[in-house]
Amino acid sequence: MKVNSTLQLKLKRGLDLPLKGEALEKLPDIVPSAVAIYPDDFPGITPKLDVREGDRVMAGTPLMHDKEYPQIALASPVGGVVKEVLRGSRRKIIRVVVTPSAEGTPERQGTSDAAIAPKTREDAVEALCRSGLWAWMRQLPYDIVPRPDAVPRDIFVTGFDSAPLATDFKQCGIDGSNLQAAVDYLSKLTDGNIYVSCRRGDSLPSIDGITRVEISGPHPAGNAGVMANNIAPVNKGETVWTLDLVTLDRIGAWVRTGATASRTNVTICGPEAVNRGVVSTLVGADMQTLLAGHIADDGRNHRIIAGNVLTGVKTDMDGFVRFPYRQATVIAEGDDKDEMLGWASLSPNKMSASRTFPSAFMPWRKLSGDALLHGGRRAMIMSGVYDRMLPMDIMLEPLVKAILSRNIEDMEALGIYEIAPEDVALAEWADPSKIELQKIVREGLEYMRREA
Amino acid sequence: MNPLRRIFDKARPLFEEGGRLSPLRSVYEGFDSFLFTPKTTSSSGVHMHDSIDSKRIMITVVVALLPCLLFGMYNTGYQNWLGAGAVAAEYSFWGMMLYGFLAVLPKLLTAYIVGLGIEFISAQIKHEEIQEGFLVTGILIPLVCPVNTPCWMIAVATAFAVIFAKEVFGGTGYNIFNVALVTRAFLFFAYPAQMSGDKVFVATQPIMGVGLTVNFADGFSGATPLGQAATHAGGEMTLTNIVGDPLSLWDAFVGLIPGSFGETSTLCILIGAAILLIGGIADWRIILSVFVGGTVMGFVAHTFDSPSYPCSFLTPLEQLCYGGFAFAAVFMATDPVTAARTAAGKYVYGFMIGVIAILIRTYNNGYPEGAMLAVLLMNAFAPLIDYCVIQGNKRRRRNRLISKA
Repeated sequence: MKVNSTLQLKLKRGLDLPLKGEALEKLPDIVPSAVAIYPDDFPGITPKLDVREGDRVMAGTPLMHDKEYPQIALASPVGGVVKEVLRGSRRKIIRVVVTPSAEGTPERQGTSDAAIAPKTREDAVEALCRSGLWAWMRQLPYDIVPRPDAVPRDIFVTGFDSAPLATDFKQCGIDGSNLQAAVDYLSKLTDGNIYVSCRRGDSLPSIDGITRVEISGPHPAGNAGVMANNIAPVNKGETVWTLDLVTLDRIGAWVRTGATASRTNVTICGPEAVNRGVVSTLVGADMQTLLAGHIADDGRNHRIIAGNVLTGVKTDMDGFVRFPYRQATVIAEGDDKDEMLGWASLSPNKMSASRTFPSAFMPWRKLSGDALLHGGRRAMIMSGVYDRMLPMDIMLEPLVKAILSRNIEDMEALGIYEIAPEDVALAEWADPSKIELQKIVREGLEYMRREA
Repeated sequence: MNPLRRIFDKARPLFEEGGRLSPLRSVYEGFDSFLFTPKTTSSSGVHMHDSIDSKRIMITVVVALLPCLLFGMYNTGYQNWLGAGAVAAEYSFWGMMLYGFLAVLPKLLTAYIVGLGIEFISAQIKHEEIQEGFLVTGILIPLVCPVNTPCWMIAVATAFAVIFAKEVFGGTGYNIFNVALVTRAFLFFAYPAQMSGDKVFVATQPIMGVGLTVNFADGFSGATPLGQAATHAGGEMTLTNIVGDPLSLWDAFVGLIPGSFGETSTLCILIGAAILLIGGIADWRIILSVFVGGTVMGFVAHTFDSPSYPCSFLTPLEQLCYGGFAFAAVFMATDPVTAARTAAGKYVYGFMIGVIAILIRTYNNGYPEGAMLAVLLMNAFAPLIDYCVIQGNKRRRRNRLISKA
């Protein structure tokens, strides 16, 4: 058993967006009319289909598996019938939709209460892969689903989500004995530490065998990459796993009961959402059921985001909640209003980190915002903007330039192995030149994975 | 719908590919995005963006330059009245402002028309959006030039600078040298006779019936304080104004001295600096370290003052207030594109500008002003400074790996 210890992490850089539309209420549970799994939400996986339309599946039945590591399954979160396999160009699998069985209660695969107790490390990895929960973890470098043949140096568990309007993990019914079971299980898979973060001042169920990391500071303080970079940065040749506390809880439940839980809390939030609140529903629930009666009826164009405003996926009423988010955010698209001389505006309602706007002097005011770029795409002009938004020992500007010039040596030297696209999302928000940093970083990671 | 918006929407087909006015597409796009916030919404990555864009950044700098521009107008009128020997009763505030306005307007228009013209053409050729960089450059150019610079020289210099210092590198954001300073340097080296001496810094003729005639015969000397210092020979050095009365440091701080149009008033430059720093547009590291560098070098020069380098008789504070030093520190050195971009690099970059500006000014009597050359020189070194800082980060990462192995 490893020694329990606590680390303190005070992060200064970053920003909590003053976004309106917090969800405070607890809403009635919802049984979605359909749930979907999008293989694109699991980077690093090349999906191969295991089911056909019309097949009956149980909760935990693999819908897809990875081509390279067939043991990694993307499992159905619910028992029911495969309703749709949507394919895009070149027959790429976009999503697999499952209609829950009429009873509403998800049937389970392996419902025996037998605990999972594999004998060897290989068995433990294999069992976790097949459960579908493996795909819910990420690895650094590359921000992909972990490769089963690499042994992680450490495991980083994020205990809170610091993204704008994100779901509070404290409301997710996390069970202390599940966490302990999961930590015991995962500690067999790594020789290093298991770090679990929490906000300074928040309580964490007492767990043996972990290093607690108490973090204070604005977003992206909750990101796994930020925690890893500030505690034990990923060096070339090393691998670390990252996951969040809710997934850890799920792994624990699976270890204890042999079944994967598929209920999840989803927060309905955002400045253009009404009757906001937290609902208990199924993983991958459809927006149609989830957001019925929650979109403001004000005649504006809306943007529905599966996830938060920084890293989420744009979708519509026909879409679904996407992994790894537990959040549906509704904001104004903003293209339905004419604004004259917007660059000269002194309106206190414009969200900005720049002190040329009055709102920067009134950080307590919550603002609505919209999806407009608020300007044209430009070359990098201002310097130092990224640094203020990234609490990591990474020089983002030279790194982005190295990625754009596909300079492998520089990318390595500047720390591409330590970063995930979500870590640069806030810098992308603040960038006056409107450069697509997350896209650039993702392309850089894919390039490194192919070439290096 | 906004009636202006309707006009723009109606005219759009004319400017699109195949329209009758398609060669003016970039002009149309430029005005459209200037008047109305473009309705482009985010298509990848973040769903919201900070409200700031490069237009607002550039406009903030222009606003910060307005005190210098307005004071430059006043001072141009003031020097004209003073040089003509007018008695106090004849000084009229609005008269002097009008005179200065008439003096600077043609230069301002020349710089903007030539510069923006080239920007529009290159945007059209490259099928890109118009970029805002010249909004600032266009107002900087008349501010750093002597008031008597002929418009055609400004036109030639602006065209040279915009094409060869900016567009050939790829446009705004890609240039190595500060475009306004390249304009000034071009004028300085291409037309040395017209750009120095004691005649160019004071407007001597009435403009459109406003202003007075300055008579050179009356012991008039329009030399700037630094010009006087550079040509000083022996004896006690007393800097004077254009009619021979001694100047105080206060005169230099307020700016009622001859000099380039917008550079004379340290007070107004500090107001501009406050706007830039409160707005978070200029980097305080650069401004601070330029002043520190200038003070250090000014102190060294003053400690070892020598008659062969008369500028060394100036105290460090005088060094900061005279000439273009303060203007360069606040508005030229802080250009984010041509300055060092790393936080640590900015200290080195700024400090070296301060040192080199005073070094050139003091120990090279051929150049009465060193700030321009110092900024241009450090523009060239900024990438090297950044390279060293970035190497530090890379080394830290490499050492981490080695210490592990």
